[in-house]
Amino acid sequence: MRTTGRGWWRTGLGVVFTALMLFPVYWMINVSFTRDQDMRKTPPYWFPVDGTLEGYRAVLEQQLPYLGVSLVVGLGTVALTLVIAVPAAYSLAKLRPRGGGVLGFLLLIAQMIPGVIMAMGFYAIFLATGVLNTVPGLIVADSTLAVPFAVLILAAFMSGIPEELLQAARVDGAGVLRTFWSVVLPVSRNSVITVSLFAFLWAWSDFVFASTLDQGGGHQPITLGIYHYIGNNNQQWNAIMATAVVASIPATVLLVIAQRYVAAGVTAGAVKD
Amino acid sequence: MKHATQTPPPRAGESRRVRVPAPRSQGAGSAHRAPARRSGRWAAWAFLAPMVVYLLAFYVYPLYRNVDLSLRDYTVRSFVQGDAPFTGLANYAKVVRDATFGPALWHTVVFTVVSLAFQFTIGLALAVFFTRSFRLSATLRALFLVPWLLPLIVSSSTWSWMLNSESGVVNAVLAAVGIDPVNWLTSPDWSLWSVTIANIWIGIPFNLVVLYSGLQAIPSHIHEAAELDGATGWQRFWRVTFPLLRPVSAITLLLGLVYTLKVFDIIWIMTKGGPSDASTTLATWSYRLGFGNLLPSFGPGAAVGNLLIVIALVFGLVYIRAQRRQGAA
Repeated sequence: MRTTGRGWWRTGLGVVFTALMLFPVYWMINVSFTRDQDMRKTPPYWFPVDGTLEGYRAVLEQQLPYLGVSLVVGLGTVALTLVIAVPAAYSLAKLRPRGGGVLGFLLLIAQMIPGVIMAMGFYAIFLATGVLNTVPGLIVADSTLAVPFAVLILAAFMSGIPEELLQAARVDGAGVLRTFWSVVLPVSRNSVITVSLFAFLWAWSDFVFASTLDQGGGHQPITLGIYHYIGNNNQQWNAIMATAVVASIPATVLLVIAQRYVAAGVTAGAVKD
Repeated sequence: MKHATQTPPPRAGESRRVRVPAPRSQGAGSAHRAPARRSGRWAAWAFLAPMVVYLLAFYVYPLYRNVDLSLRDYTVRSFVQGDAPFTGLANYAKVVRDATFGPALWHTVVFTVVSLAFQFTIGLALAVFFTRSFRLSATLRALFLVPWLLPLIVSSSTWSWMLNSESGVVNAVLAAVGIDPVNWLTSPDWSLWSVTIANIWIGIPFNLVVLYSGLQAIPSHIHEAAELDGATGWQRFWRVTFPLLRPVSAITLLLGLVYTLKVFDIIWIMTKGGPSDASTTLATWSYRLGFGNLLPSFGPGAAVGNLLIVIALVFGLVYIRAQRRQGAA
């Protein structure tokens, strides 16, 4: 609470810690601007002296379709997650059907199943139904990362909505659906944003499902774009790192715009439910 | 859980709600004639129905298929023709007797325990550091989230390049202080440590954020009282802060455990579990069996995966128990 002379000393230490922590991120950016001929230099250039935009040119030429697919998959996952999770959370938190507790418990368990294992089951099903290597298939698989989390977070938030608010709506003649749409949804805006952020980020970052369920498709997400790049082309690290920088942009933008939602989501996920 | 304890008891709310006449604009034709209570229950299940269908289709069914895979002798051909013979627990027996099983289990334990120990200790130290107010504190704390938000393929490939034997910045720094270069990713002695270091880095933000919020929840007058009693800073931490933080610590560690058991991307991207299984864990082994070869062995892959689920569930149930107890307290 008191900011005395010692506060500055702490700020200095804090900056050092943060710099150490973020060094890999800096290094990724630095390498993305480094020329091919300087790449294997020892000691390396600490700053992008004689920097090049070659890497970014390669991204523009080769990776844009991947980025587009990731955007579509991310938005699709957010939409699917919200459509499933918001009504369910409302029901669990406010309408309280019998057996709701068991469902909540199952959702907790669902979060503990490793993605690698889900991928194997999905592979068998997708192969049989012909959705292997398609964008909708990937959206469905990616949504399993977010749905249980989303329902639990939203339900925890919605159970905090005062009962009086809902009653008032009912006295005014609003049905369950109307109350949901016109009262609960607007009030829950912040938690819906939090959930959407995480659903998007998880889908954007997903590698397990992409590499098992969309390996052979014509529409692959950016995580596979980077992965193929490393595999085919491990000389051009500036291009690989430039792709990595571009792939990190959504995370960075979201962090800047919505940092309080992000922090709220992490803690809510861990501490509340 | 915290929210639930703060709202009025559910029963009271429900009985009040039930007295309100059923709205006519409900849509469901039979609803407005049925008693109000019934319509409420129908609405509750109508709102839940999409999720229940979703859980059955996209959790229960894939898991069932996975168990089925693990009990049959699958090849790519039998996948298409659907005639894989049932072999009981043969895949499990095969997996447990495999030379990779012991090392993979051991690597999973080392990777998980070492990751958790460092993530938690560093995260807690930073959380304590950030509870002191100073300029830029909130901004710096937000920046700490970046590693956690980056796609794992991004952080893993960055670490791969940093740990590169000839041109990596880590060996360049070591050379500057006179240490010989280390073959981080290509030597069997180091590859497991390399992926663990990267995983620790990725996990610190989560620990920091959760423990920080736990520290915020401890009332400051407790510290002031301890300070008046003459406790030193270190004593205050060990005797007051740390015990009060125990429930949050337990949950952080258990969640971290469940997450770390699942880790696949980092190891696969950095080392593919190699060289020669030196950094193979159960998760990467399962993936390699199922998808990493030209000739996939889905049955054994699914068997390894199911063993991993069982391990995760055991700890997961411990987690839920701990959380229930905390919620009740």
